[in-house]
Amino acid sequence: MSVRVLFFASLADITGLRETELDASAFSDVGSIYSHFEASHPQLRAHRPSVLFALNAESAGPDSRVKDGDEVAFFPPVSGG
Amino acid sequence: MPLLVREPIDVPALRDRISRPEDGAIVAFEGVVRNNARGRQVLYLEYHAYEAMALKKIAELESRARQLFAIREIDIVHRLGRLEHGECSVAIIVAAAHRAPAFEACRFAIDTLKKTVPIWKKEFYEDGEVWIEGNPSEIDD
Repeated sequence: MSVRVLFFASLADITGLRETELDASAFSDVGSIYSHFEASHPQLRAHRPSVLFALNAESAGPDSRVKDGDEVAFFPPVSGG
Repeated sequence: MPLLVREPIDVPALRDRISRPEDGAIVAFEGVVRNNARGRQVLYLEYHAYEAMALKKIAELESRARQLFAIREIDIVHRLGRLEHGECSVAIIVAAAHRAPAFEACRFAIDTLKKTVPIWKKEFYEDGEVWIEGNPSEIDD
């Protein structure tokens, strides 16, 4: 199972990734995918309380289930305007 | 006009395009790049977006404003990329028969946009750059 994972703003700087493909066979939900990246990028842990999740460009929660071909996004609180 | 643009926003053109003879009020809001923030001089800004989601969120926001207020039309345009002092980062134009709902819808639109649309600004200073983050809050409306 493959999902596309997107990071934005400070989270993209921390991971050095804006977009990556992940074999997500071992992960059932959005939160477990974030945890996977926390393991390789420990700075992500400090952002966890405020990070926002999206699944296929819709707001999602850590428990949102993922399936093959999904797009998962992680980003900090927004600051447009 | 697209909801997200990389070129300067032509606010008078937006206003002319939205205006109809039946309108009694047009309210236009422009967010503008300041030369300072949090006590520091800002050289310029960059705006980045999760474009697929931002487009959906802005379209939803326009629909909600039309449902909630007695307005005829609302147009929201946000600019992305590098912006200099005085440039317009976001424009919101509301047309209505009367001024009260036009003002209210415009205020609602900018306040909601700043909380819910996945766009981020980065401030650039003489000695560095910082991502600005909004108040941790639900992105759901």
